[in-house]
Amino acid sequence: MSNSQIPVTQSFDGVVEVLALPAQGMVTLRGDLADERLREAVNDTVGVEVPLVRRADFQDARGVIWMSPDELLLIVGAGQGAAIADRLQTSLAGGHALAVDVSDARVVFELRGRRLREVIAKLAPVDMSPDAFTPGDFRRTRFGQIAAAFWLVDDTCARVICFRSVADYMFGMLCHAADPAAELIVY
Amino acid sequence: MSTRIATGGRLTDRTKQVDFAFNGKRLKGIQGDTLASALLANDQMLVGRSFKYHRPRGIVASGSEEPNALMNLGRGARFEPNQRATTTELFDGLEAHSQNHWPSLEFDIGAVNGPMARFLPAGFYYKTFIHPRPFWKHIYEPFIRQSAGLGKAPDAETKDADTYEHYYHFTDVLILGGGVAGLQAAQVAAASGVRVTLLEQSAHWGGRAPVDGGTINEQDPDVWVANTIAALQQMPNVTVRTRCMGAGVYDHGYVLGYERLTDHAPEAKGPRHRLWRIRASQVICATGAIERPLSFAGNDIPGVMLASAVRDYATNYAVAAGDRTVVVTNNDDAYRTALTLHAAGLSIPAIIDVRAGIADSPLIAQARAAGIRIEQGRAIAKVKGGKRVTGVVICAQAGSGGSLDDIDCDAVAMSGGWSPVVHLWSHCGGKLHWDTAQAMFRPDAERAPTGAEGTPFVACAGAADGYFALQEILNDATETALKSVTQCGGSVSEQPQTQGHSLPEAPLAPVWLMPQGATHDRRAKAWLDFQNDVKVTDVQLAAREGYESVEHTKRYTTLGMATDQGKLSNINGLAILSDALGADIPAVGTTTFRPPYTPISMGSIAGEARGDLFQPIRKTPMHDWHEAHGAHWEPVGHWRRPYCYQKAGESVDEAVHREVMATRNSLGLLDASTLGKIVVKGPDAGRFLDMMYTNMMSTLKVGRCRYGLMCSENGFLSDDGVVARIDDDTWLCHTTTGGADRIHAHMEEWLQTEWWDWKVYTANVTEQYAQIGVVGPKARAVLEKLGGMDVGANALSFMGWADGTLGGFPVRAYRISFSGELSYEIAVPAHQGRALWDRLLEAGAEFNATPYGTEALHIMRAEKGFIMIGDETDGTIIPQDLGLDWAISKKKEDYLGKRAQQRSHMTDPARWKLVGLETLDGSVLPDGSYAIGSGSNANGQAVVQGRVTSTYHSPTLGRGIAMGLLLNGPDRLGDVVPLNKTDGSTVEAKVVSPVFFDPDGEKQNV
Amino acid sequence: MLILTCPCCGVTGEETEFHGGGEAHLTRYGPGSTDEEFQAYLFRRENPKGVHFERWRHVNGCGKWFHAARCTVTLEVFGTYPAQTLRPPEDLLERIREKRPGWRWKDLS
Repeated sequence: MSNSQIPVTQSFDGVVEVLALPAQGMVTLRGDLADERLREAVNDTVGVEVPLVRRADFQDARGVIWMSPDELLLIVGAGQGAAIADRLQTSLAGGHALAVDVSDARVVFELRGRRLREVIAKLAPVDMSPDAFTPGDFRRTRFGQIAAAFWLVDDTCARVICFRSVADYMFGMLCHAADPAAELIVY
Repeated sequence: MSTRIATGGRLTDRTKQVDFAFNGKRLKGIQGDTLASALLANDQMLVGRSFKYHRPRGIVASGSEEPNALMNLGRGARFEPNQRATTTELFDGLEAHSQNHWPSLEFDIGAVNGPMARFLPAGFYYKTFIHPRPFWKHIYEPFIRQSAGLGKAPDAETKDADTYEHYYHFTDVLILGGGVAGLQAAQVAAASGVRVTLLEQSAHWGGRAPVDGGTINEQDPDVWVANTIAALQQMPNVTVRTRCMGAGVYDHGYVLGYERLTDHAPEAKGPRHRLWRIRASQVICATGAIERPLSFAGNDIPGVMLASAVRDYATNYAVAAGDRTVVVTNNDDAYRTALTLHAAGLSIPAIIDVRAGIADSPLIAQARAAGIRIEQGRAIAKVKGGKRVTGVVICAQAGSGGSLDDIDCDAVAMSGGWSPVVHLWSHCGGKLHWDTAQAMFRPDAERAPTGAEGTPFVACAGAADGYFALQEILNDATETALKSVTQCGGSVSEQPQTQGHSLPEAPLAPVWLMPQGATHDRRAKAWLDFQNDVKVTDVQLAAREGYESVEHTKRYTTLGMATDQGKLSNINGLAILSDALGADIPAVGTTTFRPPYTPISMGSIAGEARGDLFQPIRKTPMHDWHEAHGAHWEPVGHWRRPYCYQKAGESVDEAVHREVMATRNSLGLLDASTLGKIVVKGPDAGRFLDMMYTNMMSTLKVGRCRYGLMCSENGFLSDDGVVARIDDDTWLCHTTTGGADRIHAHMEEWLQTEWWDWKVYTANVTEQYAQIGVVGPKARAVLEKLGGMDVGANALSFMGWADGTLGGFPVRAYRISFSGELSYEIAVPAHQGRALWDRLLEAGAEFNATPYGTEALHIMRAEKGFIMIGDETDGTIIPQDLGLDWAISKKKEDYLGKRAQQRSHMTDPARWKLVGLETLDGSVLPDGSYAIGSGSNANGQAVVQGRVTSTYHSPTLGRGIAMGLLLNGPDRLGDVVPLNKTDGSTVEAKVVSPVFFDPDGEKQNV
Repeated sequence: MLILTCPCCGVTGEETEFHGGGEAHLTRYGPGSTDEEFQAYLFRRENPKGVHFERWRHVNGCGKWFHAARCTVTLEVFGTYPAQTLRPPEDLLERIREKRPGWRWKDLS
């Protein structure tokens, strides 16, 4: 019986710790990211400025993530997605923008540990060297065979985001990559 | 006999005994042995049979170029064929079996091929087994499969017990090969601060230098190697791996590294292999060189080995290939082997040197000083022996092989010179040039592989670049590394100084056949490719039969194919071919070296993608419920959808029947979460959707739904679904289950690349919602029981939608039907999907609420004549074929596919069109059945006039129903047409309307 | 396996992050066009040995389409640029002229 809000509830303690984060509010906002009205609306509703290209900026649990030249992903409190999407839609009315609640469409996994760079690099074709990928950097890519994205919170904490339907697959892959017997030290 | 020498063995620890088994025989080796060195230490000269003639074969080499000693290793879930004994590190409990013999290694029936060898020349298979044709399948092929081929395939029922993984690695300079050149290149590059990665295929650093002698910085090479690697391991910008082979070099600096983590320690936990998927700015191939065999009669008899291998076994593993070893050479390097064996107290009856009248170089002088007999200008006429060498017959190199002397010996160490390992250089297009003096192909630095920037990204260093003296190797490595660093934008301020000293050598004499005028008999016993059983005479025959291209000759004779990839056979074969063609070697050229350098495991290629992770399985919020309630799964894209829910004791057909009847009679529930949902919003959204769909979507009223068709630009139907207008500038488009990502991408493509000035945003919100079909006469009743919003006929009429709550859940309810029943689709945020599902089951219990799967869905839509994308369509069908003209706007000037649908063959009245088909006997038509016309076509085949697109047993009607495309179909209602069955007979079916059930829609309009 | 740089998000990624979309700079012909025009639009494609202009989508990434100028012989990538244009940028054309003197592609040279 999964009355949980998220599809994966286990965690795994391996080379890094792998766990699914509790549900949070998420909003997709599409619009002109240079538009002052949009930037103000984002700051007003989330409390975080529109970030630079491929960055994820957070104030505590609330954050704004740069997804594409005309798309942001807003991370807000659990259960707030629909309300925030409505507020944005209202404050941007008359202009051209799309704000939609996607809180349930994705799941977020957290990786904790010193070797998370190597664990991620087992699944994603991304240069994970400390010089190439720094805390706050955000990257959309693929993990194994699925589209996914991740960002570094700090050097020992990363968050990986994927669609809800493939949460089990993602969790399985992360556990495989974090197998304690498969530890790899590169960085 | 081959034995363990009393002292020495730099890679072994003879205090530690290792037990292993070969062909069931229990043998002992020592720590540090390879399987090959341990077999030799046990006097196991015979290790396999050859591919075609089943000739006895022994170990030839000491590295990855070994052609003969391929073994079946392990058993059960860890069984693997074709493993090289020379690169297999020995461990306790290792089990090896030789390959390619029947019934046993010692006595092989197939060896009858040997005396018959003259009847099995190049191209024999092509020439002989063609006729008569039926013989191929039943006689020739089974025979060839029994007698040819390498190792056994693993048992099909056994799953590999190991795990594997990938690793994506990024580096500035990647160095392949950890010999002296690779280490020097690494330390020079590392000094610049750029990221350096160094891979070595074996377990040991240093390559050949510690065996071949000389000094580096006036010390034993071993000392320099140890110091250098220790320093590199300390540097933060350097990554080094042993047991990690550079397997292939590909476009834009992509390189595969094949790391063997536990092959040498199978009891260890963790992945067995790791595939390094490396992206490098610059690649340095420091891959060394491979010694060439010499072509003389009997050069494949066990005990004939490469001179360097004989030296390796003696120095690295304290193993003597024989008590009396004759050395035969065309160069100085083989003298090192003689000197090494002599120093170990072994007998060297003679060094046969084909070079006549050369002055004594330091190595020759040392051999003389050691009292070794040196025969210059001489050659081996033939090797004596069967399953092992018993002696050699000596002749003049210049003649036709007249015997001058017989020498008893039990091993022959041969050296035909060295070939740089240019495989990795060549994988991505690096070209070669012929070095006449050293008789070898070398990398042509002017024609290097180029990368994304159009600049060279691969270079070679050391022996791989054609340098063999230590100082030259070090200089070349330094220079190559400096160039690579510069290419990466780095620079080296303090360059590590390394001095090498090795003995100068006299030039080699290019000798491709021994003796020069060898008779046909002898040439027919002179092997070029041991693994594929190609002889000198085979290549000569190919040339006579007109195979002038080296690539054709390779395929005709199999020279250099399979795992060999030209490692041992390449140059000797080319030389024989060019001689036969009367052309120069560079004019004939080489065959293409293809990756991988040596075979890599399938497991490493799959990485994590095995078992549960073989492919992503998409699961809806109700997946666990389905699983727990007997779901018989059907894959739809990556989704798993229940085909039906089987109850205990129920067949699949019975379950489907029950689900259809329950839904038609009372209440069915469908997990429709997989349907795609795309929000389209903006001032130009209506205009945009009018282009996307064949229908008019801009005129749809807020609160209403419309079924829409999407076509590709060439007119073919690509997807369908219900579109709902949410507000003035927002629409929600439903797609098929498999179509969500594709249609979202299709929309974005047109918005981004054609109409980029239109103000439209899309968002794929498929996974935000769980969606449940509530279907059947009691659908309204169960929703009213949940309560919260008005779902009555007036408040929510057919093809309307409304937001509200049901049982406290925030929902969006669509009144749409794909079954012909009173039907709602209820969308809730995904995390509440399971709870709503449970509530509907609970509230619906009194109505016999019955979850149904995709088959019941398909049957009910077919009963209503609704088309299904992928059944009625196959990428060649336009909506007009399916009688969907009503869904094509006549008012619109344009939509995607409109122009294409005006093309002449799209408007051809002879296009097959959709009809219903009812068998006269009530049976179910076979899937894919064709409607047979009259007469036959030019090929003598029956003319067809249509085909079945969907066919089911209808529980509602109690008989078979089908939809199909038929010539002039809609005009032929009532006709009877024959349709073929799989047993060759036909069944008659009446052409009817595709709407079999409730044609007036009385059940849904309530 | 190629590497490409997405001009929309700046990521340099391997080919598995992208999806090829065929020839760039096609002109769409719809209703009202002749059979000849429409057939050319749908089916007739350049197949050059050398400089080529293609469409790519950063599918496992920012999702945006862009254009790439590439050599079909050496696989050199001369440059990438956004999809919202009818013609490659002049500085890119100049770069190609330097590297491949005399090249032609449809009406570009």
